[in-house]
Amino acid sequence: MSAAAAGFVAMLKRGAAAGRVPAPALDRRQGLWLLAAAALTVVPHGLWLPPWIHALCLLLLAWRGLILWQGTRPPPALLLLAVAAAVAAGVRLEFGHFFGKDPGVALLALLLGVKLLEARAARDIRAGVLLCLFLQLALFLENQSIAAAAMALLGTLTCLGALVALADPAGSVREHVRSATLLLVHGLPFLLVFFVLFPRIQGPLWGLPADAFSASTGLSDTMTPGSISALGNSSAIALRAAFDGPPPPPAQRYWRGPVLADFDGRTWTAARFAEADTPFYRPVGRRLDYVLTLEPHNRRWLMALDYPGEAGPLVRFASDHQALSARPVQSRSRFALSAYPDAPVGTGESPTVLAAATRLPAGSNPRSRELAASLAAGAASHAEILERVLAHMRAARLRYTLRPPLLGAHSADEFLFDSRSGFCEHFASAFAVLMRAAGVPTRIVTGYQGGEINPVDGYLVVRQSDAHAWAEVWLAGRGWLRVDPTALAAPERIADGLAAALGAEDALPLMLQADMAWLRGLRHRWEALSNSWNQYVLGYNPERQRELLANLGFDYRSAAKLAGLLAGISALLLLGLYAWASWQRRTSDPVQRAWERFSTRMARAGLGREPWEGPLAYGDRLAEALPDQADSLHAICAAYARLRYGAVQAGDRQLRTLQKQMKGIRIQ
Amino acid sequence: MHRAASLAAAVRRGADRWLFRIGAPETAPIRLTQRRIYVLPTRAGLGFAAALAVMLVTSINYNLSLGYGLVFLLGGAATASIVHAFRNLLGLSLRPGRCEPVFAGEAAGFRLLIDNPRPSRRPALRLRAHGQVGAFELGPSTESTVVLGCPTTRRGRLPLGRSVIETTWPLGLIRAWSVFVPDADCVVHPSPEAAAPPLPDDGTEGAGTSASMRDGDDDFAGLRAHRSADSPRHVAWKALARGGPMLTKQYSAARGGDLLLAWSALPGHLDDEQRLSRLTAWVLRAEQDGRHYGLHMPNTRIAPGHGHDHRDHCLRELALFGTTAGDMEQRP
Repeated sequence: MSAAAAGFVAMLKRGAAAGRVPAPALDRRQGLWLLAAAALTVVPHGLWLPPWIHALCLLLLAWRGLILWQGTRPPPALLLLAVAAAVAAGVRLEFGHFFGKDPGVALLALLLGVKLLEARAARDIRAGVLLCLFLQLALFLENQSIAAAAMALLGTLTCLGALVALADPAGSVREHVRSATLLLVHGLPFLLVFFVLFPRIQGPLWGLPADAFSASTGLSDTMTPGSISALGNSSAIALRAAFDGPPPPPAQRYWRGPVLADFDGRTWTAARFAEADTPFYRPVGRRLDYVLTLEPHNRRWLMALDYPGEAGPLVRFASDHQALSARPVQSRSRFALSAYPDAPVGTGESPTVLAAATRLPAGSNPRSRELAASLAAGAASHAEILERVLAHMRAARLRYTLRPPLLGAHSADEFLFDSRSGFCEHFASAFAVLMRAAGVPTRIVTGYQGGEINPVDGYLVVRQSDAHAWAEVWLAGRGWLRVDPTALAAPERIADGLAAALGAEDALPLMLQADMAWLRGLRHRWEALSNSWNQYVLGYNPERQRELLANLGFDYRSAAKLAGLLAGISALLLLGLYAWASWQRRTSDPVQRAWERFSTRMARAGLGREPWEGPLAYGDRLAEALPDQADSLHAICAAYARLRYGAVQAGDRQLRTLQKQMKGIRIQ
Repeated sequence: MHRAASLAAAVRRGADRWLFRIGAPETAPIRLTQRRIYVLPTRAGLGFAAALAVMLVTSINYNLSLGYGLVFLLGGAATASIVHAFRNLLGLSLRPGRCEPVFAGEAAGFRLLIDNPRPSRRPALRLRAHGQVGAFELGPSTESTVVLGCPTTRRGRLPLGRSVIETTWPLGLIRAWSVFVPDADCVVHPSPEAAAPPLPDDGTEGAGTSASMRDGDDDFAGLRAHRSADSPRHVAWKALARGGPMLTKQYSAARGGDLLLAWSALPGHLDDEQRLSRLTAWVLRAEQDGRHYGLHMPNTRIAPGHGHDHRDHCLRELALFGTTAGDMEQRP
């Protein structure tokens, strides 16, 4: 035992209340720890919070920082109450109500700022830390990316640091960081085990607030000129697909979304279609199997590849040949799907649907009607009309652009005769108007076209910028045929994607620019990583848990067994921690360690060192017991005494010599 | 009410014996092993657990995979903090240190020598005894002295008694503690009577006057060889400065002879504690005045003497009058 300086540690004051630790005043470092935790928590919320609320949160934090910096007293309670009331009124004004996710989180963030300002006691710090942790969870409602997880990890570390600083005000910041990190590291195995084994339940447990899934982009069930080109600038991912075999060629990658059959002269709207558990056509021909991972859009559309065939449970089929999810897709979801690209569909389409597909509002697009009438004159069949319309559009030299001019009431007329430039929805809409005017059943299909194979993980990635609109024409005996009028003006759009089809004057989204190849490579890697994250971490749902446990040979249905497994592994982890706690290095000093090893070795020969015995006295006793090695024993003990208590720091060479001498001692 | 309190005390003693396996004072050193360290969540820990439960339900409700992750990570860290708190106490060894006698009403400063054999700091420890709490920390590989001030109310022997060393480090969510009864006590002298009558002279009470006492210091009687117990005030510094031997100046009191402080000579209307109080005040004053004084108690007599050791001897006799060592616990 190294009984070094016996320091007088603390003369203890009498507690104000017997048996209670008097609440100590917070010191500045404790306040700073909490401020850091709050800042790390609040800053990422800026991605979605209304700017003024976020700015106010940061302002409150800055105010707290100023108070800590100057060491002034916290503002009076009355002022804080007024601030809190003003903040609540502001949130009410912004959101119109208090109930729901967004105003709730906004209030929580502002409350944290106010709470920080009035932090005076340990209790306030704890409350602040809990608020921070809730807000970190709230961030996941908006964003569960790798970056959000990393931010949350850093925030959690800071929260733990704030708690450690609270418990140990005398420690240095470095010690606080070290303790918090060690706790986090020790918590990680629990995280892994519970993440995998904790029984997953498919939420929600009860009704969610109406705004729970508001933030989603994508297609809608109406189409006006400009509605799809608005998506062209977004490189957000809409869906990913992993094919069992080789993926279909680009020209066949039509991902079917809402089918729009009602037209009011400007806006196309989805009609109602029947629904069933099986497709409304006879699936024949080539079959493609794939797994679709759909980003949430809070709609039921699955964006399946044309034409969707047999699929897993929870997938339903509409008579417009769309695949639908049983419930709105509110979280990133996986669906096992199949497609029959060559199957004829709608050969026996009902007359009411066909009648609706020729309807045009009276008085709209007069010039187009005139053109259609002239094109249809003398045509023998609908197929011939189709040929003539396509030929006309090809000859009309229409220009494909991401920035079409704004169009008025007669959108098809203006596109075909005046502006002559437009995006896919203009092409599809004008084509459908011409065909309908000529009496051929035609409808618009919206969805995505194309997609890009990520060379890193082989997934086909479809982005919002791949949003597309095309048309379907019904011909007797052949059913609905896909016609893509955009391909007439810009065949590259279908074969090579948006970037190839647009002229130089169209500013492309950065990532689509050709000379950014290295950036695209980087993005491929990042997106493959995100995909793995989505598939294995975020997509770990009850179904995948069942699969995994079944693969591990574990009977999932027995909840008691699972609980037992969890408890057993937790006990093992705790046992490991206990072993860590009990293991203790006696000292970090190598000289002392060598000396203790030497004494232990001697003790085995019955020559243990007594606790009161100094090294020189011990040396004498050893020399007496082992007279033939007396000299080296004396030397060892003297060297130890010199290295341990002498004024000179023990060097490596002296230490090695001592260790060599110790090894040289022979005992019978 | 009183019965309920004594019942609670009995339950506690039973729990101490059965749960914490403590009873009589332990001989030093007390080593904190795994068997005698206990852990339970604090109120903040329960609050934290409730917050985690709410967060878990939120994660389930919104299907937040990362929410599950956050909850499990925090839960894991909190669970690990159980072991960290336990480790903060593990391996400490405690032994009682010296405790200076005090007068009743003053704070008794109990000293504990706590050895930390681990080459790392032990932060945020607390010591509790007699309803008092003191915070301290231990440096790496050192033995430190911790002082706990306990108020005293009565004379006698005050044992440190049931003591608790505890920590809520690192997160404040878990309290690890160990209960022990160190073999440490403090002698509490009777509190000196505030306005005690003047010293009795020649064994007769009330004869002395203030003036005669003052004379005691001034009346130089001669020099004698220095003894180590002599007050430095009485060393003959001038003689020493001249190169002579160390001598002590002797004074004689105005009335000459030894002062006898006798229990039996006190007025009959005083009860035992009042008598002890007055005798204490007289002992202090006699010592201060440099008198030679003796103490006659009903069953002991202390021959006249002088100096710190003599004074302490007398005070100790007064403190422990009528008690048998060890059973004078003031607060259960």
